[in-house]
Amino acid sequence: MLYVVIVFLWTSILLYLLLGGADFGAGIIELFTSKHNQDNTRKTMYRAIGPIWEANHMWLIIAIVILFVGFPEIYTTMSIYLHIPLVIMLMGIIARGTAFSFRNYDAVVDDMQLIYNRIFRYASCVTPFFLGIIAGSAVAGRIDTHATNFLDAYVFSWLHWFSVAIGLFTVAICGFLAAVYLIGETDNEKDRQRFIAKARTSNILAVIAGALVFVAAWVEHIPLIQWVFGNVVGITAIGLASLSLLLLWYLLYHGKTKILRILAGFQVTMILLTTTYRHFPNIVLLKGGAYLSLLDNAGNAKTMAALGWALLLGSVFILPALFYLIYSFQKKKSSVAH
Amino acid sequence: MNDFIAARSQMALSLGFHIVFSCIGMVMPFFMAVSHYYWLRTGNVMYRNVTKAWSKGVAIFFATGAVSGTVLSFELGLLWPEFMEHAGPIFGMPFSLEGTAFFIEAIALGFYLYGWDHFNKWFHWFTGVVVGISGLVSGILVVAANAWMNSPAGFDYVNGQYLHIDPIKAMFNDAWFSQALHMCLAAFAATGFAVAGVHALMILRGSHKAFHTKAFKIAAVFATVAAVLQPLSGDISAKSVAKRQPAKLAAMEAHFQTERRAALIVGGIPDVPNKTVNYAIKIPGLLSFMAYDDFNAEVKGLDQVKPEDQPPVAITHYAFQVMVGLGMLMLAIAVLYFITLWKKRQWLEKTWLLKLFVLATPAGFLAVEAGWTVTEVGRQPWIINGIMRTADAVTPMPGIAYSFYLFTGVYVSLALIVTFMLYRQIRMVGKLYDLSPVDVAPAF
Ligand code: HDD
Ligand code: HEM
Ligand code: HEM
Repeated sequence: MLYVVIVFLWTSILLYLLLGGADFGAGIIELFTSKHNQDNTRKTMYRAIGPIWEANHMWLIIAIVILFVGFPEIYTTMSIYLHIPLVIMLMGIIARGTAFSFRNYDAVVDDMQLIYNRIFRYASCVTPFFLGIIAGSAVAGRIDTHATNFLDAYVFSWLHWFSVAIGLFTVAICGFLAAVYLIGETDNEKDRQRFIAKARTSNILAVIAGALVFVAAWVEHIPLIQWVFGNVVGITAIGLASLSLLLLWYLLYHGKTKILRILAGFQVTMILLTTTYRHFPNIVLLKGGAYLSLLDNAGNAKTMAALGWALLLGSVFILPALFYLIYSFQKKKSSVAH
Repeated sequence: MNDFIAARSQMALSLGFHIVFSCIGMVMPFFMAVSHYYWLRTGNVMYRNVTKAWSKGVAIFFATGAVSGTVLSFELGLLWPEFMEHAGPIFGMPFSLEGTAFFIEAIALGFYLYGWDHFNKWFHWFTGVVVGISGLVSGILVVAANAWMNSPAGFDYVNGQYLHIDPIKAMFNDAWFSQALHMCLAAFAATGFAVAGVHALMILRGSHKAFHTKAFKIAAVFATVAAVLQPLSGDISAKSVAKRQPAKLAAMEAHFQTERRAALIVGGIPDVPNKTVNYAIKIPGLLSFMAYDDFNAEVKGLDQVKPEDQPPVAITHYAFQVMVGLGMLMLAIAVLYFITLWKKRQWLEKTWLLKLFVLATPAGFLAVEAGWTVTEVGRQPWIINGIMRTADAVTPMPGIAYSFYLFTGVYVSLALIVTFMLYRQIRMVGKLYDLSPVDVAPAF
């Protein structure tokens, strides 16, 4: 059952990155869109993600619940030493979530919209940036459980080049996912071209940010190169991701939306796979070489069994309903648009 | 402000905020489903308009409830890591099932809000019902988790170790049923009175009477039925508290000396150093009866509890008085309303009845907040009753006061914005929902 739980944890993180990420990305794209087109982007986005918006963010909750029920030491260690970035991320989640619903459900449409929009866009950048910082800090080995002063314990645990680079990388990936997703959601050629251009830019930025991550790792003496290229799975996954990048660029010029989406999702999956594979089962590295492991720091067998069954049972209900939701709105859209 | 007080205040603030939205999220879908049902059955457009107006409000509340709940699931670790490290695996079962319930709720809401005119109309209606049911289920589950903190079960505590963990037993602890029942009723009463009060005010103002009357009637029925059942369920709760947390019961009642034929103390100002209550009404024997069904039963007082294990008496006592007082007020209004429906239809034409409902608009939510204060403050100094002290559970990180100020600022602004939006929603009723028969679904 332990492995079932771990698979669910990994899958929820992946799905949060893909679905929640595209959702954040839509806000990021909106921020980097010229004033003139912002409204269009916004409408396309609302049409595209409105119905599944709530559901996209449930993956984060599932991951957190799995952590605190199944791996309480991992949850509490991160909560204590990454308190500050977690709070900032939460502020981002609050601001973004509420601004999204305010701007879509406010009964009066007036200047308030400008405020909602601005909050929504900035929070869409800040939140994934800090999510990236938190993820980076987990594996950077800077969390010092023996620190004696505030800065060492609660600030330098997360504030270093490596985590900042991962933060930027996460933002770029979210933007990229959103742009690719939105290409297929527009109803006119002009917007389509716009999103294709955005997808290109954000893809280039993601590649640059990815390179930055390697540089930062080198600066911070984190053996990232060895993690990624030191094993067959890592090399294969990165190789496949790079190959698919070529294909992706080719397709961007030929506009095959469905395959594009699959490719973008595939690349992000490969990146997550590479970075987690080498670490497994140690997902939190502490200063001085100690670590917290998904296998050794898991809860007792009975709890894991109960959690595993709860998750399996849950997916029997959730997955079909979720697919049907997405399916019906896809169908509805195509019947409206064409 | 020291870190410990700041952490407790932040937790209380976040939960106090979240509970309002979650109550609405649990109950409004049922109101909508009823109104929607009338629309499908009668074809009266007004019902469809009421449903749509409500569903916009629900979307706003749902998002706010969801983000504040997300914040809570992090805050448990940010503020109480020592607690979560041990409690997580034990009381986590309801939380993991709750994840499923939320998810279903979010999916069903997607269908409901965006599905007007696109699905079979009964399927569409049904997704609305699913939103309500899964909200209710998640409320019950999360309260079962809180009940475990009051009545720990499902493990053996040996030399500071938590052994033989059984998450299922932990979920079905002694307090879960009484608390969950009481909470569900409270959610219906609180939301019902709040919604009925707002619509009553609009009827009194004479705007869009037909619309507001329909809305008022639906909300009022839920509110009043819940208000009648609430004291009964409160009695079950009190008996359960007497069994599992005598110190809490003593603090609720400011009951200092252990005695037989204990008096029920209504109101009054507890004088803790002198162990008396001034200016209170005392009804002999009634506390014994309420706690044990026997006027002569012995009720443990605070004298039986070590001073360092006593909860704050004054806050718990006042909060309990507020809750029961408001409960009685709502009960009275409910009884009047039933008389009106059965015997004195002409009262419906009078404004005093509507004015009473307007007066009671905030009553349910105030009672909910007071009730949680009883439960949480009355459990102090324990975070897990009798096992772990709250002071030992708090995060080692200094400077929580700043985080508390930050959260206070954010929640106060959110509360203001939501109120503002609701006000605009109501003002727009005339334009959007009252007369025009055209479709006013969210822009699609
Ligand atoms: C509309 C709201 C409302 C109303 C009218 C009442 N309550 Fe209540 N009460 C709550 C809302 C609430 C609550 C917020 O829902 C609590 C907090 C924890 C819980 O399970 O329910 C609660 C807790 C609570 C507790 C503590 C339970 C525990 O710690 O396990 C007791 C003993 C009572 N109530 C008793 C009563 C009585 C005798 C009432 C008589 C009128 C009453 N309540 C009305
Ligand atoms: C599942 C439900 C709940 C859980 C797990 C929970 C948990 C906690 C925890 C861990 C604390 C901090 C320790 C303490 O001071 O007792 C706390 C405090 C508090 N909670 Fe709850 N709580 C729940 C429900 C609620 C709700 C819905 C409210 C609503 C208002 C509430 C009101 C409070 C208050 C007032 C305090 C502060 C107590 C004090 O300062 O003495 N709780 N709760
Ligand atoms: C420690 C205490 C609590 C935690 C950690 C918590 C967690 C959460 C989370 C994560 C969500 C968002 C789910 C979504 O996206 O739909 C949520 C929403 C919700 N919570 Fe809580 N919650 C707590 C206390 C409570 C209490 C005491 C109740 C009710 C009695 C409650 C009832 C609900 C409901 C009904 C929703 C759905 C939101 C809506 O319909 O508006 N929660 N909660």
